Amino acid sequence: MLCLVVLLITPWIGSTPVTWRNVIAGVSPDREIFLIARLPRILFGAIAGGALAVAGVLFQAILRNSLATPFTLGISTGSSFGAVVAIWLGLGTVVLGVPFVSLAAFVGAFLTILLVFFIARTRNALPTFTLLLAGVTLNFVFGALIMFIHFAANFTQGYMMTRWTMGSLDTADMNAVMRTAPFVIACLIALIWISGQFNPLAGGEEWAASRGVDVRRLKRTSYFIGSILTGAITAFTGPIGFVDLIVPHAIRLVAGPDHRILIPASFFLGSAFLVLCDTAARTIFAPTEIPVGVITALIGGPFFIVLLRRKRGELW
Amino acid sequence: MPHIWDISAAADCAVAAVYDRRIVGAHRAPLQRNPRPVIILISMEPIFHVDRLNYGYTHTPVLQGITADFAPSEFVALVGPNGAGKSTFLKVLAGLLRGYKGSVEFYGKPVAELSSRDLARRMAFVPQETHMVFPFTVKDIVMMGRLPHRTALFDTRRDAERAQEAMELTDTAGLSKKVFSELSGGERQRAVLASALAQDPEVLLLDEPTVYLDLKHQIQFYDILERLNAERQMTIVSVTHDVNLAARYAHRMIAIRGGLFVADGSPEDVLTPQHLYEIFEITAAVFKRPDGRGNYIIPTA
Repeated sequence: MLCLVVLLITPWIGSTPVTWRNVIAGVSPDREIFLIARLPRILFGAIAGGALAVAGVLFQAILRNSLATPFTLGISTGSSFGAVVAIWLGLGTVVLGVPFVSLAAFVGAFLTILLVFFIARTRNALPTFTLLLAGVTLNFVFGALIMFIHFAANFTQGYMMTRWTMGSLDTADMNAVMRTAPFVIACLIALIWISGQFNPLAGGEEWAASRGVDVRRLKRTSYFIGSILTGAITAFTGPIGFVDLIVPHAIRLVAGPDHRILIPASFFLGSAFLVLCDTAARTIFAPTEIPVGVITALIGGPFFIVLLRRKRGELW
Repeated sequence: MPHIWDISAAADCAVAAVYDRRIVGAHRAPLQRNPRPVIILISMEPIFHVDRLNYGYTHTPVLQGITADFAPSEFVALVGPNGAGKSTFLKVLAGLLRGYKGSVEFYGKPVAELSSRDLARRMAFVPQETHMVFPFTVKDIVMMGRLPHRTALFDTRRDAERAQEAMELTDTAGLSKKVFSELSGGERQRAVLASALAQDPEVLLLDEPTVYLDLKHQIQFYDILERLNAERQMTIVSVTHDVNLAARYAHRMIAIRGGLFVADGSPEDVLTPQHLYEIFEITAAVFKRPDGRGNYIIPTA
């Protein structure tokens, strides 16, 4: 029931800025601004927010830890590292359909995924704790490497790197939307299809296995889908934090932890949240834009601290 | 289908005659959705056939050549000292540990070759303790037991009925909206049992299910198991440290030590001072229960 309400409400929240923009576009003749600058950005924001939130749900489910996010596993940092290397090598201007920096960021994310995966993997299992530790460790390693490159780079490059690692939706165009949307939507449908299997995982792997879940396959599938979702989005936006952490928590508070509701609801709330944050980022200090990562963190941080205070000890 | 019922009744009687000293009722349980004649006809076979089972973690062998059969409708208690391999054996039966050597057959098929889902439709596993990381309610937990039967994404009416029935049996219906992690140990374990029953299993495997429960809840829990065994002919294999409780409820007791079955028989046969000395390295006095239901022991040294 709550799911239906959430599903009905969130698209409205998400679409509010759209209709509002629409009015403006109708009044003044600058349809180009609406169609080329704003609409793709909002669409991409929706896709990115949804994908990040769903990736958060996935990692929290398979790692049985409410603090697990793509960031914890080192994927965001790996992606940043890829982008920073590309900027440093002066490949920032090269365009091969997609910006080369994005390509490098995706490669960085993907290599991190493989690295974490192979560090953590034992002969026939994928232990959660090792996976998290490997992720945290790689976070530090990549963080240090990014700082080093930053130090070695010249002023302009340094500025570009800083901007990139702050995370922003300003590079979004229709091209980015077309490249990510089909993939993200396909992942979403696949995940909803198997969403029931994530529930018993909360009781442990044996619990899930004795309820008929092929735990190994489920963990692998979701680990890769989650990683690639994050990688693909981060490649275009840079790391945007907190969406993946807060949105699943918020949905659990409202609609409960059932993944059959949690996954689609997180997608829609994630979309709405990121689009709203981005709208704020564009308008608060207009005409200057502030990175959307700043807004998500500023809203998300306090929210999460409140959550921690209220439910201390129950979250993990 | 009166004929099939007749056959099944005959088959069950035969099973009862062959395997069990105590079963009188012949029909499959009402819990069974629809009578499954195929299963009933092959139920002349043992449910589990274990032959020279070996299992080891990395370098230490745990199970060292176990051979045994488990018949339908048995109520078996596995006892033995810590580290004897009781839980490991149970998990092999449950299909949770698959890298074993030797053969373990569930209705004639190797357990390692059956999918988790196929197994989960017919057997359920109750662990010592369950921790849920997210705030799932009791109802959610019980519904998880319907997962192996569910083909649609959301719960059907039948799922809801089964879950309700399982909760009523375990006296957890009143808790259905409560968050699992906030329950007491006894309530939790009953909820987990309800989840297992929602799987509609023929076999229930329990790994020290009452170890964290107080006396009242231990008895309450085993009373439910006894009812399931008597009224629904559910096969029950339970690992326990409490030999007195085991002797009170189980029909068959198996003692494991060093990865081997060292005694296998009625609780009266297994619980002798000599066995207790050999298995647990204790000196114990063995008495007859006043109600005549098996023996009980008092360790003396």
